[in-house]
Amino acid sequence: MIQFSQLAKTFRRVRVLDGIDLAIGLGERVALIGSNGAGKTTLIRCLLGEYTYDGKVTIDGLDPRSNRTAVLGNIGFVPQLPPPLKMPVGQLIDFSASLCGTDPARIHGIARRLGLDVDAILTRQFVRLSGGMKQKLLIAIALGRDAKVLVMDEPAANLDPEARKIFFDLLAERLEDATMIISSHRLDEVSALVNRVIEMDMGKIVLDDKVADDVTLTARLACRIVLKRFEPAFAKALDGWSFTSRDADLVWEGSIAGPDRLRFLGIISRYTALVGDLSLSEA
Amino acid sequence: MKQLWLTAKLDIVESLRARWFQIYTLVFGGIVALLFVFGLTESRVLGFIGLSRLLVTYIQLTMAILPIFVLITTVRSVAGDREAGVFEYLLSLPVSLSAWFWGKIVGRYIVIFAPVFLAMLGATLWATFQDIEVPWGMFGYYTALLAVMAMCFLGIGMLISAIARSTDMAQGAAFMVWLALLLFLDLILLGVMIQGKVAPEIAITLALANPLQVFRTAALALFDPQLIVLGPSAFVILDLFGATGYKVFALVYPAVLGLVSATIGYVLFRRGDLP
Repeated sequence: MIQFSQLAKTFRRVRVLDGIDLAIGLGERVALIGSNGAGKTTLIRCLLGEYTYDGKVTIDGLDPRSNRTAVLGNIGFVPQLPPPLKMPVGQLIDFSASLCGTDPARIHGIARRLGLDVDAILTRQFVRLSGGMKQKLLIAIALGRDAKVLVMDEPAANLDPEARKIFFDLLAERLEDATMIISSHRLDEVSALVNRVIEMDMGKIVLDDKVADDVTLTARLACRIVLKRFEPAFAKALDGWSFTSRDADLVWEGSIAGPDRLRFLGIISRYTALVGDLSLSEA
Repeated sequence: MKQLWLTAKLDIVESLRARWFQIYTLVFGGIVALLFVFGLTESRVLGFIGLSRLLVTYIQLTMAILPIFVLITTVRSVAGDREAGVFEYLLSLPVSLSAWFWGKIVGRYIVIFAPVFLAMLGATLWATFQDIEVPWGMFGYYTALLAVMAMCFLGIGMLISAIARSTDMAQGAAFMVWLALLLFLDLILLGVMIQGKVAPEIAITLALANPLQVFRTAALALFDPQLIVLGPSAFVILDLFGATGYKVFALVYPAVLGLVSATIGYVLFRRGDLP
């Protein structure tokens, strides 16, 4: 479906992409990882037809540079940094929906599912929304149409745990009919979302690996944590994960999204000295 | 066509909320208001009185302000949007590059022409209301002159935006272009000619190629049909074009210059990296 052949890109004599050969098929969920300057964003921009390049990029056999509207009509994109648009939210939704040939109500619906009260912010400037609200809206615009390819740059970075759960559900609904490319600096942020990992370094692919796909995107894990002693900082860290406590705040129970388990354990690891017992089991 | 209008509408909404537009509107609205307040319609110069006196002053002031305002705000917002990641996101949507580029030009053109025109129209309506005679012929020609002036400098601004890769470079280049056009206004050319370093034909050709000078002379032509204030160069201009011919040239040449600049800008934009 997506084919990169000998893709190379040079900026002022600096080779940022160096002969990338890569094929990504329908239904694959690819984590594109690598440090800053590895070439991830450049690769994505070549895929979106935003950069000129040497070599070849095709999506369903079409070049994104010369067939922009046909190719981009099938790609939903979520950037890492939201653009500083001054236009009202309502107009951004209408503009995107009109270009993509979708119903604005569909975008509204997904935004609502992510916990965004769209009606209340329709006249507010996009640039004045909080980071999380911007991210939710951009995700809603990307998912609110029949895109065959979803390209997302750190899509869940600004979302709270509840919104992340819903985001994973939304991705799960598209597993059969979409290819996903999720870019991140850290594998643990996205590992549970994907079934293939591509690591880039210095403009080259240094790792291309299939990963176990045992945890589904919609899985829920019941979690129970027993503390040796209570610390307010611990309660604050769990704020947003919808956990409840009992026994003088020493026993904490709740559920987390399967793909979020590494992120969750990362947070808990900061309080290892406090934790007397921890269990995670599929709900 | 739908994509073009969507982009134009988007640019209009973005501009209406930008601070530069508020200042821009305030400047031109303020000029007209001040000219009325200072009683310019009651003063007389070279036989011009009433609204024609006000229009002459307004067009002279507009010619001094509009080019640099249009150049700087265009390159700032276009190059600024590119730097801030606006292009990266909006150009990931299925919009054709021609619709995007020309849609931006159409939207911006409406936004920069509307305040200068509405200020002049407001003055005219006020004059009608006050029983001051309105010189409709002059009003029509000055409207056309403002329309092509906006087109000319918008086209040049879009060309600079397409070439420059950063906001700082774009602003610097826009300022240099404006400065170069300013330096080649007739007084400086005259000084050079007096020193005998440039042939008169070259000096006049340069003057005729300079859109700022073209506007200035065309505005003067209504004010002073024999172009007496220009001195000997008036003979060359009137011999070459005739009074009416020059008025037509002053509308066609800057419009073509703006369109050609915008077209070159589009070709470069299309060929290069977008964000």
